Amino acid sequence: MENEKREKFIVPIGPQHPALKEPGHFEFTVDGETVTGATVRLGYVHRGIEKATEDRNWTQNLYLLERICGICSHSHAMAYSLGVEKLAGVTVPPRAQAIRQVVAEMERIHSHLLWLGVAAHEAGFDTLFMFSWRDRETIMDILEGLTGNRVNYSVNVLGGVKVDIDAERADSIRKGLDLLEERTRHYLKVVTTDETFLRRTRGVGFTTTEQAEALGLVGPTARAANVARDVRVDVPYVAYAEFPVTMTLDTGGDLEARFVVRIKELFESYRVIRLILDKLPAGDLTMRMPRRIKEGETVSRIEAPRGELFYFIKSGGGEKPERIKVRTPSINNFALVTGTAVGHQLADMPMILAGMDPCFSCNDR
Amino acid sequence: MTITLGEKWNEALEQVKLWARINSPWAIHFNSGSCNGCDIEILATVTPRYDLERFGVKLQGSPRHADILICTGPVTLQARDRLKRVYEQMPDPKFVVAVGSCAISGGAFQGCYGVVGHIDQVIPVDAYIPGCPPRPEAIIDGVVKLLGSLKKGPEEQRSGGEEVK
Repeated sequence: MENEKREKFIVPIGPQHPALKEPGHFEFTVDGETVTGATVRLGYVHRGIEKATEDRNWTQNLYLLERICGICSHSHAMAYSLGVEKLAGVTVPPRAQAIRQVVAEMERIHSHLLWLGVAAHEAGFDTLFMFSWRDRETIMDILEGLTGNRVNYSVNVLGGVKVDIDAERADSIRKGLDLLEERTRHYLKVVTTDETFLRRTRGVGFTTTEQAEALGLVGPTARAANVARDVRVDVPYVAYAEFPVTMTLDTGGDLEARFVVRIKELFESYRVIRLILDKLPAGDLTMRMPRRIKEGETVSRIEAPRGELFYFIKSGGGEKPERIKVRTPSINNFALVTGTAVGHQLADMPMILAGMDPCFSCNDR
Repeated sequence: MTITLGEKWNEALEQVKLWARINSPWAIHFNSGSCNGCDIEILATVTPRYDLERFGVKLQGSPRHADILICTGPVTLQARDRLKRVYEQMPDPKFVVAVGSCAISGGAFQGCYGVVGHIDQVIPVDAYIPGCPPRPEAIIDGVVKLLGSLKKGPEEQRSGGEEVK
């Protein structure tokens, strides 16, 4: 009788909240300090980009879709270009494909370093936040030198890429990567040995492999629970067949494993970028694309920094697409927050949320 | 209890308030539909390479402690009322900085059905920083220029607190 009378105590967080830079609303039901339920409300950044693509022509859409997300802009533009090129039956020159892969891996480096800082900030470890963002400026400088912009690089055009890498540029990239590799080794040591930090990460947000598969997790979040799921390995696109990456797996399934997997992926990115720079295929950068794309529909999948990014593209044979559907990795990974929150302390919630690397602007579009 | 001060005391108090405001403005960041590009550049301004905190600017969480509202992105249908509420919760005088092309004009998202418009259609804006996204240097320049305009004195400065449309 006493228990039935007890009311639920709900802690609402958001949409404007200090934890993340993007608006999202969370409601945690708590009993004391222990979380007994969690719900997520999304859609504050919904702009209606999918519908807007139908009013713009194929080339204009490249710039609009790049602005779905400022962190993984290249991934969106690349997924879209690959789909449209498949529809048009155009084969992109190998040099352009390799450059696309180089920029995609650089984007992964910048995104993972950004995440490392933000996640450390959630844990109250601001020193790591400042250090990782300082080192992230190295990769931002490389990206700016290569493409001319720090965030929305706009490397892709339909049928190829805009930028080329010459020997001088390759040298400066190698130098930057050497510095980053040394720093990354230090970060791996910090997240696996720092006792205070481990108390915030070890065993927190734990999922078994079966749970992770049932929740449909993707990307590094899934790989941290030993789910072998990586589009770069499963269905190689651009130049991943010639310059393969090995999948980084961890059996931990908790937050610590998510840190370790993402940091180890950085080493893989450094290795593959160096490999491509050494053996960059010669040839053209672009192929001529028709203004109207043949009627038909296609899907294109790539591995964005956060996981599998999925594009469905339908053409009616005109200058504009008939339908573009985007499914981003974050929508899958939100299941991790609602699925693992119960039983944790309220103070662990920002860490669990940051651990899946949410991207609201990707997710809401 | 009310304290009545002499005119000179009042003047001195105003000067101290202005001095404090210019030397350590606290900022709050609100994303009303941005693509994240501007947001990561704003975050980059507080990290070691750019270090906005050397001007006394501090990014913090609550609108009730903030002097400057840094807005990014076009205003979406969902975010409009929240943006107004965050603005209204800020104490006077308050200043708004619109960062990025989308915040200034709607940018690439003009015509999307979820987008209401740009920031100054919803709340009054004091400084505009263009770019897609603006470089951290540009964001620092914009904030420093805003602080410079505050020095002009209480008559000339356009403080916030206008009626929200």
